[in-house]
Amino acid sequence: MNTEKSRKSKFSFWYVLLLVPFITTLFPGMYAFDEPRLMGFPFFYWYQLAMILLSGVLTIIVYVKTKEK
Amino acid sequence: MNWTALSVFILFFIFVTVIGFYAARWRKGDLTQLDEWGLAGRRFGTVVTWFLLGGDLYTAYTFIAVPALLYGAGAMGFFAVPYTIVVYPFIFVVMPRLWSVSRKHGYVTASDFVRGRYNSSTLALAVAITGILATMPYIALQLVGMQAVISAMGFKNTGLAGELPLIIAFAILAVYTYSSGLRAPASIAIVKDVMIYITIIVAVIVIPMKLGGFGTIFDSAKEALSTHNPPGSFILGKGSFMAYGTLAFGSALALFLYPHSLTGVLSSNSRNTIKKNAAILPAYSLVLGFITLLGFMALAAHVNAKSGNDAIPALFLQMFPDWFSGFAFAAIAIGALVPAAIMSIAAANLFTRNIYREYINPNCSPKQESGMAKLISLLVKVGALGFIIFFPKEYAINLQLLGGIWILQTFPSVIIGLYTNWFNRWALVIGWFVGMLAGTMMAFSQNLKSIYPLHLFGSTITGYAALYALILNFIVAIILTYVFKAMGMNNGKDQTTEEDYKAA
Repeated sequence: MNTEKSRKSKFSFWYVLLLVPFITTLFPGMYAFDEPRLMGFPFFYWYQLAMILLSGVLTIIVYVKTKEK
Repeated sequence: MNWTALSVFILFFIFVTVIGFYAARWRKGDLTQLDEWGLAGRRFGTVVTWFLLGGDLYTAYTFIAVPALLYGAGAMGFFAVPYTIVVYPFIFVVMPRLWSVSRKHGYVTASDFVRGRYNSSTLALAVAITGILATMPYIALQLVGMQAVISAMGFKNTGLAGELPLIIAFAILAVYTYSSGLRAPASIAIVKDVMIYITIIVAVIVIPMKLGGFGTIFDSAKEALSTHNPPGSFILGKGSFMAYGTLAFGSALALFLYPHSLTGVLSSNSRNTIKKNAAILPAYSLVLGFITLLGFMALAAHVNAKSGNDAIPALFLQMFPDWFSGFAFAAIAIGALVPAAIMSIAAANLFTRNIYREYINPNCSPKQESGMAKLISLLVKVGALGFIIFFPKEYAINLQLLGGIWILQTFPSVIIGLYTNWFNRWALVIGWFVGMLAGTMMAFSQNLKSIYPLHLFGSTITGYAALYALILNFIVAIILTYVFKAMGMNNGKDQTTEEDYKAA
């Protein structure tokens, strides 16, 4: 029982970062626009490509912060 | 016949064939054990797992069909991007648990896990059948991708002469998968990825240069889409928001329920390998994003393809010298071999473990078990090949869509099962059945499209049928669990303990 508790308390708040990609990408109403364009890419397209990068970076951060020994 | 392209194509094909056979000696193990043949002894590190999962998830069909969606329908086809964005955080959290418990108890399939967790062979059988059903058309689709590039090189699409290259390619694949097991696709995946990366980097530099930059490409795509009948959408329209979001979300939840993705996860050597991969695989999604945009490039280049699937091969032939098209086509075709091999292995594992050993020959030796798996992996491929040759390929595509709906119905047993065994096993079985039935009916009512207009409380919500069926599945399973518990029904004895899910 004791070990159980110590494990539970180890839940890391870093995991919350992993929710960000869900919120920023699953609601296209937030980004379904043509403007502003970036290097010719409409917002709809470059925003989602940028979110791939963001999601990758966030996951790397969580990985490093919660790394198991 | 485009001889230059064909020669380059054949050259690379021979190259990977040699690798496929040689793979048996790589990190040598006793291939008469299912663990060794079907999971390569669970010894793959970060790099190999990356290639294996990458090869698994980004298939020939992806390279052909996802851009084809953009080419045909516009913005809606881009849903594959958010789908691959949300899938990795999900994997990061969930899959290490499955890896740990599977390693501890020697599980080779999701069905093995369900059997151990709920002590229910019925539930395990349901999961196994769903997995096999969903995988078969997926393998067939790889052949559709391969067919698209083969016909682009000048082979006729029909008749035995047209099918012959496909049959040869698949026969070779079948033989080396038989002899080398999971090691074959894992080693070929490395070659495939290098080729795909080269192709896509060249494509996103050369094609925009020839077409006058990305701005021009998007503008001409916009114009071309507006002339489609019905008009395609350049930017996602309001009416499709829900469909886009639910398709992305539902597909992401479903992806790692597919037996072949689990094979990739279970063959890795540690929890950290899986987590690391969840963090670095998004690099692949970026490639996917650009591959998808090839659909717009094809529109801008005024490629006139009979079917969407021919658009990308036609674009390559128009933009590249023949030898490079041959290279790109080889990349796509090899991109079909890798997942097809992994899928057939995964289906074979399921059949052997959860049907053969469970119901047909409970006392089989490890050698018999792995021999059976090898045999089934052959049969599965012959089946997929026969399917493509004798049926219109729309069947394969529609069945694959249904497969997505079906596989998601194993979510409560497998994924929720990783966290709690609160659910009653029979409630899960009935929930699964209701979900399968409802999902299939929704798809049929829409002429086998996976987007379903749900009428609820006087309003209509148009979304992914798989997700709707899953919600129904959950409701049934929850209610029945309460009912069965109230009736005093006991759950089966759980083979696993809380510690097993964290074990390194």
